[in-house]
Amino acid sequence: MKPAPFEYVRARDFAHATELLADHRGEAKVLAGGQSLLPIMNLRLARPRALIDLGKIQEGRHILAEGGGLRLGALVRHAQVEHYPIDIAGFRWLPAVMGLIGHEPIRWRGTVGGSIAHADAAAEWCLLAVLLDARLVVLGPHGLRTVAAAEFFQGVMTTDLASDEVLMEIQFPQGRSHLAVNEMVRRAGDFAIASCAVACNLLSGRAADVCIAFGGLSTLPFRCPELEQAVEGQPASEVRAGALIEIVTREISRTVDSSALTEYLLGVASDTFHQALNGCFAGQVAS
Amino acid sequence: MSLNDSNECRIAVQLQVNGTSFAGEVAVRVSLADFLRGELGLKGTHVGCEQGVCGACTVLLDGRPVRSCITLAIQADDCNVETVEGLAEGHELSYLQAAFKAQHGLQCGFCTPGFLMLLAGTASSISDRQSARETLSANLCRCTGYRSIVDSALSYTRGKEDAE
Repeated sequence: MKPAPFEYVRARDFAHATELLADHRGEAKVLAGGQSLLPIMNLRLARPRALIDLGKIQEGRHILAEGGGLRLGALVRHAQVEHYPIDIAGFRWLPAVMGLIGHEPIRWRGTVGGSIAHADAAAEWCLLAVLLDARLVVLGPHGLRTVAAAEFFQGVMTTDLASDEVLMEIQFPQGRSHLAVNEMVRRAGDFAIASCAVACNLLSGRAADVCIAFGGLSTLPFRCPELEQAVEGQPASEVRAGALIEIVTREISRTVDSSALTEYLLGVASDTFHQALNGCFAGQVAS
Repeated sequence: MSLNDSNECRIAVQLQVNGTSFAGEVAVRVSLADFLRGELGLKGTHVGCEQGVCGACTVLLDGRPVRSCITLAIQADDCNVETVEGLAEGHELSYLQAAFKAQHGLQCGFCTPGFLMLLAGTASSISDRQSARETLSANLCRCTGYRSIVDSALSYTRGKEDAE
């Protein structure tokens, strides 16, 4: 399986990439790590007329702490984050979450920006972006704009990016001291059938600033405001997933298409919440 | 597909493969795997799924394991590539290869170059069967049932500091 013929251009920088995208009028795709795009092209499920390669640009490679938040250049590779000594309060769990992304060889090529722009509901970066209200910095021919994750992700593998725009940076305005992600997969490295992320700070032993999101189940990762409220303020030692099962069921049923929500899937999803909730307080970040 | 067609888009690349320089024009849609096999005659890198799932095509790119079937050859421009052919010293098996031989870590051998290069370049630490399994789960084997591959990996990581 070889890709269909395509034109190829190397972008000098992000600005040049937007010019090239505009020139190609929606017929070009950006190439970053290629770990989602190239398999699809090999299968000929996608046949872009042209590829615009960001691989040799100098920009978008940074991992920066700023004002209590984290800024990641779009071209940062998963493995860089995995092996980076992140000693930033509120983000110390991040390297451990990277280990859930595919397998090591994929992590040495795949990028944060690529994962977010690809917008797979099972992707760990998309789950984190929705969980922590990330902000996406987008460059187009007319300049920069910043979009909240909730508006950026619009549908199945569909984002707010126009055909002449490129994702430059991913910002997490606020971390959490405690976070856990649990994925239900049949084999390590598979796309998650269901995943759940639970994050919070602890204030005098009580859960604070709770955020909870599910991935894999629906067209996009989604938050659970009712569930978050139910956990907020509870003593960490007393929170029990079992007591929250009705709310979990309600939240999932509200969001996941009823024809897709089998009893099996609901059971699996509830279990990922159970694991993530316990993991969050027990410090078991990724499972 | 004929890569000799005049309408194939080609660009100039230069890279190091197992210590030898290559410079020339390469068709943009050729995978690194097909480039190594077809252009350079290095058939040790195997093409299994071409979707980035099986890992038989694993090579090192600037010292890191990558799937060469989902890497374009032109993405390796200015990079250093290492393949299974680069492991042995002449006719002498490397310590890694010797571990696979001693532990019977292969049967048909199709997946083996991928496992060897994965282990040669992995940044993860393999200290026991569980951690070996986690790292090795990147690649598929249809023959062995994996136990002897885990044995080989452990034999390699436990002994390599003494050997190298």
